[in-house]
Amino acid sequence: MLAPGLEIPHLCAQCDDYPCVASCPTKPKALSVDIKTGAVKVDEKLCTSCRRCIDACPGRVPFLHPTTRKSVICDLCNGDPQCVKACQKAKFDCLSLASYEKGQGEALFHKVYAKSPKAITEGLSQLIFSERMEM
Amino acid sequence: MRGYAGKFLEIGLDEEKTKDVKFDESVLRRYIGGRGLAAKILWDRLGEKWDQVDPLGPENILLFLTGPMTGFYPGGRLCISGKSPQSNGITGSTIAGEFPIDLKCAGYDGLIVTGVAKKPAYILIKDSKVEIRDARHVWGKDGKETSLTLSKEVRDEWNKKFRDREWREPSMVYIGPAGENRCRAAGVQGKWVHGAGYGGYGAVMGSKKLKAVLVRGTGPLPDVHDQTKFLELLNKVEEACIGNEAMPRWGTGYAGYSVGNNTSSEPVRNWQEEWHDERSFGVDQFESRVWVKRYWADFGCPTGCEKLSVVRVGEFRGAITDNPDYETQAYCGTNLGVFTPEANVYINSCIEDLGFCGIQVGNTLGFAAELYQRGILTKKELDGVDLRWGDAKEFAKLARMIAFRKGVGDILAEGTYRAAVKLSNKKGKDLLTYAIQEKGISIGAHGIRSGLDYPQLISYACSSQGGDHTSVAYLPIIHPMSEHSIILRDSGVYCWFNAFPVTPQIEIDFLNAITGFSISQDEWYNKIAMEIIQIQRAALLIGGPDARWTEADRNPPRFYEPLPTGPCKGKAADKKEVEKMKAEYYKAVGWDRKGIPTTRMLKKLGLEDVDKVLKKKVK
Repeated sequence: MLAPGLEIPHLCAQCDDYPCVASCPTKPKALSVDIKTGAVKVDEKLCTSCRRCIDACPGRVPFLHPTTRKSVICDLCNGDPQCVKACQKAKFDCLSLASYEKGQGEALFHKVYAKSPKAITEGLSQLIFSERMEM
Repeated sequence: MRGYAGKFLEIGLDEEKTKDVKFDESVLRRYIGGRGLAAKILWDRLGEKWDQVDPLGPENILLFLTGPMTGFYPGGRLCISGKSPQSNGITGSTIAGEFPIDLKCAGYDGLIVTGVAKKPAYILIKDSKVEIRDARHVWGKDGKETSLTLSKEVRDEWNKKFRDREWREPSMVYIGPAGENRCRAAGVQGKWVHGAGYGGYGAVMGSKKLKAVLVRGTGPLPDVHDQTKFLELLNKVEEACIGNEAMPRWGTGYAGYSVGNNTSSEPVRNWQEEWHDERSFGVDQFESRVWVKRYWADFGCPTGCEKLSVVRVGEFRGAITDNPDYETQAYCGTNLGVFTPEANVYINSCIEDLGFCGIQVGNTLGFAAELYQRGILTKKELDGVDLRWGDAKEFAKLARMIAFRKGVGDILAEGTYRAAVKLSNKKGKDLLTYAIQEKGISIGAHGIRSGLDYPQLISYACSSQGGDHTSVAYLPIIHPMSEHSIILRDSGVYCWFNAFPVTPQIEIDFLNAITGFSISQDEWYNKIAMEIIQIQRAALLIGGPDARWTEADRNPPRFYEPLPTGPCKGKAADKKEVEKMKAEYYKAVGWDRKGIPTTRMLKKLGLEDVDKVLKKKVK
């Protein structure tokens, strides 16, 4: 936490141009797009732990699993994300699931969320504390 | 052994050495974790010489403990303990936040800190890697700055060094200037606005020259014993918490008005009154004037009782705090004659930056202001501070003087009880009449005089943690409010507010589902909790070296004065009633007429060693 009330979840923004998949150097690619959900899937057998997807992501969301050392990217729990369920259950309604249809470009605006928590916190600090804080 | 990470980390600050410590399953089953295990560790290591250990000296041990339910039960907390510089006994002081969960994910159930660092230091734990680092650059800095500086420093370093992920700031607990200067009202702080206040462990951290502890764990939480049962109970607890109406909506902030107005048990002007009808202090006023965020919760909490308050206009612009919750509304508000949300947020913000516990220092400020009102402390003695009721800026000035031990602040930094003793000697008057404390610990903001609030006549007098309103002695013992039930939450370690909507039986089932201990309700109340209370009581009675509670278990004298205002005008605690209840409580917990645990009770619990020391020092 950098500032109280500004704990920003570090979640995949589901970019529709998939910079992480584009950066994946293996052949065939370890990262692929799930046709049904639009989420990114990681094939652990192909992943070489090269970290390129982390650097390619505008929000630096992927990470290497501490024990398997393979890239971890949100797969939307196969279309039924548990985080959304928990949020809805607690009646906070901060997370909801947007529909995905390939080629519709519906998810385009999601890219504004593809930022590191640090960057989002800096922006929000202005809104919440009426002063921009260097985080 | 399920629910536990399996090992504790002992850090010797003297020689900067660390080692892993393990406890047998039988010990963990007997003392669970958190507050219970703290009592066990402290008694084993210091019990024989308890009366000679200076709480602010090098011999004291500082504990940061989690429990088996931390991270599993919604609302995990960290229990901080040691020999208390306030009560000279053992207090299990808890703080909310992600720290305990990170600690468990790093593979440790707790930290045992001994010795004194040669120069200001902070501890950094990243999974199994432990470092003791130089903290001279943040020594003397306030809470906000310490938190930001260390968070950024460590995060940026990790991002440069470890390219596996975008590292976020580690969880941390730290002290402000008040702790560094060993003020007995200093708490261990976290997340700018959280704190573990009761007990004064900020001062212990300061005496060890330990500025902060940072931890980040990337591992999973330990396995649980019965996954199905655990998920079923978790669902039950979460649903109950979400269904709770007042807590998610208002936090405890609704009480700033209602406890004063409806139950006449809120401290007003150092407890001279316990009733007020200031609608400016209603939670609706807080909501519309200072709240900038309606829900703010620590990790895994479905209740979200915290709100975020910021003063954005006027003379107190820039002040930031949480709710404010009821206790600090009362102690940094009504107790000082402050009845506006902005001024209340301002005082809160100041004392949090200085690293004080709002209850403890609010009590001391109120005590000083009453002396000023009565002409016992003059403006000259206060270095020009005009301590009139309601003047937030002057109170903030005095809080600063206390934190840096300037002028009269040096005396007040010793906490209300010790300051009252010192000033009594200086003035030749008995000033303890104005000190609203029990065994060195300031009374929580729930009075007993009106009889309408939850504490009973003996709740503070007989508590093993003195004036702690989160650990009240209660009759009957088998009751969700009793100290015996509270010990489960403090040893668990998880948040009381998430236990309100369920019964103690569910909490015990939860513990069993995680650990596989199969503890029954009877065993909890008559054996486990009872044992922890006896050890805490023994330590409290032995006390020393600078304070001993010889005339034990009296309430503060003020509680016997009739209430001057409000619907309960004229009501007061009745001495005869108190004595009667005390006798009843002593019988229920197996203490003799003087309040000392009997040999019979201690033998029954297998605490012969405690009995031996008590016989030598107290009986």
